[in-house]
Amino acid sequence: MYNLIGAGLIVIGAGIGLGQIGGKAMEGIARQPEAAGKIQTAMIIIGALLEGLAFGALILGK
Amino acid sequence: MTVATKSIKFIAVLVLMMTSVLAFANDGAQHQENHHEGGNKVDTPEEIKEYIAHHLKDSHDFHFYTNNETGTHVSFPLPVIVWTSEGLRVFMSSEFHHDDAGHVIVEKDGVRLTKIHSQIYELEAGAEEVVFDDHHHAENAHKVLDFSITKSVFGMLLTGLLMLLAFGALARGYKKGAIPTGFGRVLEPLVIYVRDEIARPNIGEKKYRKFMGFLLTVFFFIWILNLLGLTPLGFNVTGQIAVTVCLAIFTAVIYLFSGSKDFWAHTLWMPGVPYILRPLLAVIELIGFVVIKPFSLLVRLFANMTAGHFVLMSLIALMIVLKDLFGPVASTGMSLVLALFISVIEILVAFLQAFIFTMLSSLFIGMAVEEHDHH
Amino acid sequence: MDQLLNDFSPGLFFMQAIILLILIVLMRKFAWKPILESLQTREDGIKNALDSAEKARLEMQNLQADNKKLLNEARAERDAMLKEAREMKDKMIEEAKSEAETQANAIIEQAQAAIEGEKKAAIAELKGQVAGLSIEIAEKVLGKELSDNSKQEKLVDSLIGEATLN
Repeated sequence: MYNLIGAGLIVIGAGIGLGQIGGKAMEGIARQPEAAGKIQTAMIIIGALLEGLAFGALILGK
Repeated sequence: MTVATKSIKFIAVLVLMMTSVLAFANDGAQHQENHHEGGNKVDTPEEIKEYIAHHLKDSHDFHFYTNNETGTHVSFPLPVIVWTSEGLRVFMSSEFHHDDAGHVIVEKDGVRLTKIHSQIYELEAGAEEVVFDDHHHAENAHKVLDFSITKSVFGMLLTGLLMLLAFGALARGYKKGAIPTGFGRVLEPLVIYVRDEIARPNIGEKKYRKFMGFLLTVFFFIWILNLLGLTPLGFNVTGQIAVTVCLAIFTAVIYLFSGSKDFWAHTLWMPGVPYILRPLLAVIELIGFVVIKPFSLLVRLFANMTAGHFVLMSLIALMIVLKDLFGPVASTGMSLVLALFISVIEILVAFLQAFIFTMLSSLFIGMAVEEHDHH
Repeated sequence: MDQLLNDFSPGLFFMQAIILLILIVLMRKFAWKPILESLQTREDGIKNALDSAEKARLEMQNLQADNKKLLNEARAERDAMLKEAREMKDKMIEEAKSEAETQANAIIEQAQAAIEGEKKAAIAELKGQVAGLSIEIAEKVLGKELSDNSKQEKLVDSLIGEATLN
């Protein structure tokens, strides 16, 4: 039960983080469409790092 | 063209092999008494859960489907190679008769083996059944070191063979002309993509060459295995924790052993911070490079693939779960649409995870081999 | 975490390590190395071709510039030559003119001197002749004219008439 709540909290945090990453990346691309490729790559990398963190926490809590 | 004919030949051989083994498997599958009550039908949520959990695990035979009326399994067995207390034992998995609950005991030269949830246990003398304690540890049996050609190993061998054939053909194609023909035209841009978008910018122009072999192999290995997982063959290789652990350890070993003097100097004795903090930082950095980075690599790949398979199978299972609520047509349609949608996403994820694994590997390698300007 | 550790199969890990190691070695030898090398040679070839094309273009440009320069030089030389020739011509005409003038002046002077000389000679001769004639006339007058005055006058007239000044 508690680990389910923990998982929920992790997902909320990760969701906020991913939203921030995605949103800022979109803003960046809108401001500088010619840098879209670089921004996307950086976005994916940061997203992956965040994902690793979230999954790590989920698995440790499981 | 040579690639095409070669792969056709290869598939033909594969099909031939499968059919011959299938016939053999059907023989062995006749006598079975071991299936849990209620036959093999997967109906209730518990059964679905168990079925999915079973799929996510590795298995010792290649199972296609089970005929409920006759109780025959259509599958072919794979060799079991185990290191027991008495030494190496090799036999075909058909000797377990598709049992996965510890009912069938295989006796091999004084060693009694049984299989529970894809895990082979060696029973101690006198024990007839594995008994588990509260912490799910076996009391009268122990796990054996299992070098079997399991479904995952089979999938890896298949992938390796495919890669050798496809890229070997591409490599040979260059002897005839500078521009590849046939399927090589698809593969070449992918190789260039890995080189120019992943390795070069992250590792640096001077040193990327040394790591290309590893990065390219790992990229295509993970990608093809991920895609194989989406086929009805039901591989879940990259969803095996052992596989991702191995991949991550490879990356870690490579970047730790190719670390430049600057890298170690910065890691162990960070310049520009107060002397008191330096040992602390060194510990943190070391843990980061030795534990956390490989751990995040392995967990990401494992969790993504497992979650993907889990969601996909759950959506397919909706067909059964919602049958009583919406009727067979509506539930099947719903599960079909949702599963199709998730499958498309999973195809993207299959590539993305291979890309991210390779990308982060090259990023870490780049960090390790980077030479700083001395200030 | 417990379940994960439970699921971790050392055997699978070992098999995977061996397969991956062998795969990396094989792929490196039979696929990646030749592929990357051919890609590199191809890219180098393309780069070289582009470079040499650029070089040829520059050379062409240089050549054209050279041609233009040569043309301009030739034109300037021609102009200079023409100018020189014109100057030479002018100079020659000038020289010829001045020489002719001096020569003409000299000739005229000579002629004038000659004329003067002739004139002087003629006058001297005339003087001599006139003196002679006067002496002759005087002789004749003295010889004949003692008798007749009229005859004397006639004689003088005739004599004078004879002695037409040439």
